[in-house]
Amino acid sequence: MELIREHPVLEFRHGRLVKFTFEGREMEGFEGEPIAMALHANGIRVYRETPEMKRPRGFFCAIGKCSSCFMVVDGVPNVRTCITPLKEGMRIEVQRGKGKIKLNHEGDPK
Amino acid sequence: MSAAAEAAFFGAKVMIVDSDLRLGGQLIKQTHKFFGSAFERAGTRGFVISDMLLDELKGYGDRVETYTNCTALGYYKDDGVVSCMEGEENYFKVLPKKILVATGAQERLIPFPNNDLPGVYGAGAVQTLMNVYGVVPGKRILMVGAGNIGLIVSYQLLQAGVEVAAIVEAMPRIGGYWVHAAKVRRLGVPILLEHSIKEALGKDVVEGAIIQQISPGCGFIGEEIHVDCDVICMAVGLNPTCELLWQAGCEMKYIPQLCGHVAIRDRSMRTTNPNVWVAGDAAGIEEASSAMVEGRIAGLSMAHELGYVEDKEYREKSALYWERLNALRNGEASAKIREGIAQVLMESSGGMER
Repeated sequence: MELIREHPVLEFRHGRLVKFTFEGREMEGFEGEPIAMALHANGIRVYRETPEMKRPRGFFCAIGKCSSCFMVVDGVPNVRTCITPLKEGMRIEVQRGKGKIKLNHEGDPK
Repeated sequence: MSAAAEAAFFGAKVMIVDSDLRLGGQLIKQTHKFFGSAFERAGTRGFVISDMLLDELKGYGDRVETYTNCTALGYYKDDGVVSCMEGEENYFKVLPKKILVATGAQERLIPFPNNDLPGVYGAGAVQTLMNVYGVVPGKRILMVGAGNIGLIVSYQLLQAGVEVAAIVEAMPRIGGYWVHAAKVRRLGVPILLEHSIKEALGKDVVEGAIIQQISPGCGFIGEEIHVDCDVICMAVGLNPTCELLWQAGCEMKYIPQLCGHVAIRDRSMRTTNPNVWVAGDAAGIEEASSAMVEGRIAGLSMAHELGYVEDKEYREKSALYWERLNALRNGEASAKIREGIAQVLMESSGGMER
């Protein structure tokens, strides 16, 4: 991971190192830190593909306001990965287009 | 946080909802020492101020309830209900007696070809990467904008061991404080005035940029300069985040000096919706120091409205906070802010504030 090793002012205290997958590839990141930051540390810059022009997008604001970093996380589309904490075993995928929202199961029409 | 602390101090129960994973807003990424007087904790680094506020809130125990990774989505005018979303899928509703909108700001982007390429990052995003999570943002950065944010983030990049190729600034002068500009110049980073980004280069991610001089009429002149960089950091200003205020039916006004649409408010930071207050960048782009004082004023006023503060104490404390706010806005650099505030400040309905 591309982490800052030495800093004149800051001391970084990371949490537990956990495994997750990005497009099926196994990666490591710190539990509880935003998914987008963990991906960037692993050298990943492209998080989604726009619906019309099919252009690559990464994050922009990193504070959950701009929608640029939407990805599919554990099958859920439009996840703001810049403010969603990483968990062990998460399946993270590039969102192509608008993403499909899962319908509720039969017999569970909430 | 300042408003919550103030209101809780007088006995009000406070619920804080924040979309980020921890409280502190932009303070948690500020490694530089703040200006101002001792009141505003001058000489203290931003992230330390955030920790101090957190400690203050902890002192109020159960009186302050905190929800992080929780976004306030909507204000329903009919009954005053606020809908919130924890994470991405858990929705719930809250009916507060009084509401403070302290939603901050969002980063601006300027138009140029390929400005949507991954690697074109807001300055705040770059700060989040390197100052909060310790991730190397890139190998070589082009900074767009020489206001305080552009200058400070450039310096922070150098502190993190990242190369800054150049800072381009469309205006003929540096917008930020000279002390910040001097720091990056001493470390050899060129600040190119009357220059801007013309195009981002790259197929899937940023692989470079073209910058060029700008004529007084705002056209590109002179030779194109190719900059080798993998991140283009945008520090071209902020807009107040004001959706909830619109939804709450607050009277809004476009004020260029405050960088966008802002709510008309009285001296207690109360908007034209009697149950809604505003503070910080959501009330107009300014600085963290004044945002914190505005928060104190709003928190004090909300507690007073709820009957937790005696009139006399309220008047005295409010006057003290206004003295501090005026002192912060006293300088030459704040002329624009003073002009902006003058256009949105209405006479208080109750006449309590002065």
